Amino acid sequence: MKKLDWKSFLFGAALGVAPIATVAVVSLTSSEATAQLWGRFRSQAVVAAPGQVVVCSETCVDDGAKSENAEFVASSTQWTRGFDDSWVAEELERHPIKKIDDNKTVWNIKGSQKEGHTYGNYTEADALLWKKETERLVAEGSLIFHSADLLGSKNGVSCDMCHPDAEGTHAETYPKYQVQLGRVALLRDMSNWCLTQPCRGEAMSGDDPRMRALEAYMHAMRSGKPMKYGKH
Amino acid sequence: MSRYRRENLETQVERERTEFFAALNNLDRRSFLKVAAASCAAATAAGATFGSFQPLRFVGAQDAAGNASNAGFKVAYISDSHLYVKEKNDRFANALMRAVDDVNAMEEQPDFVFYGGDLAQLGRPEELQLGYDILKELKAPLKIMVGEHDWYYDMGEKWKSLFGEPQWSFDHKGVRFVCLMSVLEEDFWTERKMTPAERMSTVAGLDNRVQRPFQVGEASRKWLEETLADCPDDKPIVVFSHSPLYQLYKDWNFWTEDAEEVQAILSRFEKVTVIHGHTHQLLTNQIDNISFHGLLSTAWPWPYAPQGTPELTVPMNRSDPFNAMDGCGDGEFRVSAEGLVDKVYNIWNRKPILVPAAYVRDGDESQMPPRPNIPNY
Ligand SMILES: [Fe+2]
Ligand SMILES: [Fe+2]
Repeated sequence: MKKLDWKSFLFGAALGVAPIATVAVVSLTSSEATAQLWGRFRSQAVVAAPGQVVVCSETCVDDGAKSENAEFVASSTQWTRGFDDSWVAEELERHPIKKIDDNKTVWNIKGSQKEGHTYGNYTEADALLWKKETERLVAEGSLIFHSADLLGSKNGVSCDMCHPDAEGTHAETYPKYQVQLGRVALLRDMSNWCLTQPCRGEAMSGDDPRMRALEAYMHAMRSGKPMKYGKH
Repeated sequence: MSRYRRENLETQVERERTEFFAALNNLDRRSFLKVAAASCAAATAAGATFGSFQPLRFVGAQDAAGNASNAGFKVAYISDSHLYVKEKNDRFANALMRAVDDVNAMEEQPDFVFYGGDLAQLGRPEELQLGYDILKELKAPLKIMVGEHDWYYDMGEKWKSLFGEPQWSFDHKGVRFVCLMSVLEEDFWTERKMTPAERMSTVAGLDNRVQRPFQVGEASRKWLEETLADCPDDKPIVVFSHSPLYQLYKDWNFWTEDAEEVQAILSRFEKVTVIHGHTHQLLTNQIDNISFHGLLSTAWPWPYAPQGTPELTVPMNRSDPFNAMDGCGDGEFRVSAEGLVDKVYNIWNRKPILVPAAYVRDGDESQMPPRPNIPNY
């Protein structure tokens, strides 16, 4: 088994350039490592068999549906779209998002105290990957936020109709007690209220990939607002 | 609390309506006077009652003896109903019907009813037809303009077949009324090979940046100039446009690209009022000789834009998401004998808010509308 040079792979992926190695199979000893890698390569990797991560480029066939993680893979819409990120650029052109942190503070600066330290061991390539991956999730949230169909709205109402650019979603104020709900609400509870009432659709589970994406979008768009839980 | 959780929307709307009527009856005289001080003092003195959807009275509609006086006239408005076909969304249709009921229930009927555009949500012929069918129930004559939601599916074909030309003008009791089609967008769809439906949904997204800024356009500006050519400088002018004829927040098209050119055409007149739709909120501005007023939507309120809201605007309180129609509404305005406009926002389930010319144009702080107690953020 050839050990993959992660850094160069990451850099290639982050820049949207196909890595030199089209397919690399990496053996791993523990499931934790698999999980860790899965987290890092959410859209670039698929778990083919326990202990083996197949890292593939565009030409690689998506065999996720056959793996034991089929359900998780199937629920990851990012993965099913493969490497084609054109939809992200299109969505961000329609609905630009707030600027993500560049994380320069954790890049490795030679000779600084950070050298050899976890937060100092990252590179520009790492930061680019983080940005790309995070923006993809936020863009997916944006797609759903702006689509009655994806929301499962029954009357054509979508989130953006009352909340252009997520204005008024007040994501930074949760959790808070909602008198009308009779309990403490998380952002997702309020979202579900909107889904079931103004949209007359069905509530989503907290783990619903759409709900996760919606939360990502609202948090991203409320970026810079001071966190103040409980605020009305 | 349980009543909010269990009732369906229709029941809730019905309850709110009942509560609203009750609230109007209970409106205490003190707060009523505070809201309506400028306009209704004379009417209250003459013994007006408030047991219907007509909470505000204006000075001069009738003198104390009940004779009609030459002190201006009333115009009612309804705007931004964003109708889907009824089978898909009955809430927006119900809301427009509620507004029509409001206007028809006015004791002093308006000289005409002005509709501020965005009758349909996705510009479909069936949506516009539904709007037409509801609006024809109005007792007073209807004057209507287009919004972007009415236009970009078939480029105005159905709208024009129902309502005629999008730009019009007439004289009424010494005032010149002009309606401008201000939601012209440069062609962004041909190059992108969009279908009519895609073009429409792009324009229908308030925060969609693929669309272009609104403009009146050269041809219509010329038309405006010609239409006003015979008016002396002291003739009061009221302009209707869907977009605000000033630049407030470009990302949401709270904006008219050629606003300055239009303002220049209006600059020779002493008294100009622009009444515009699209912004779905209480919005007030004054630029030189021109007063600007927004209109409420019957469908949903927009939040205030992150920046650009004119300082003169006393914003309305944030709307309550648990209350289906809060922040929506209709209203009226009175054009005084001098041709100045006092504007009323009839926000459903709330006390109406008066924005008088004395505050907007003359800067009389004592006439300032009540401040909201919940800050927008
Ligand atoms: Fe509108
Ligand atoms: Fe509009």
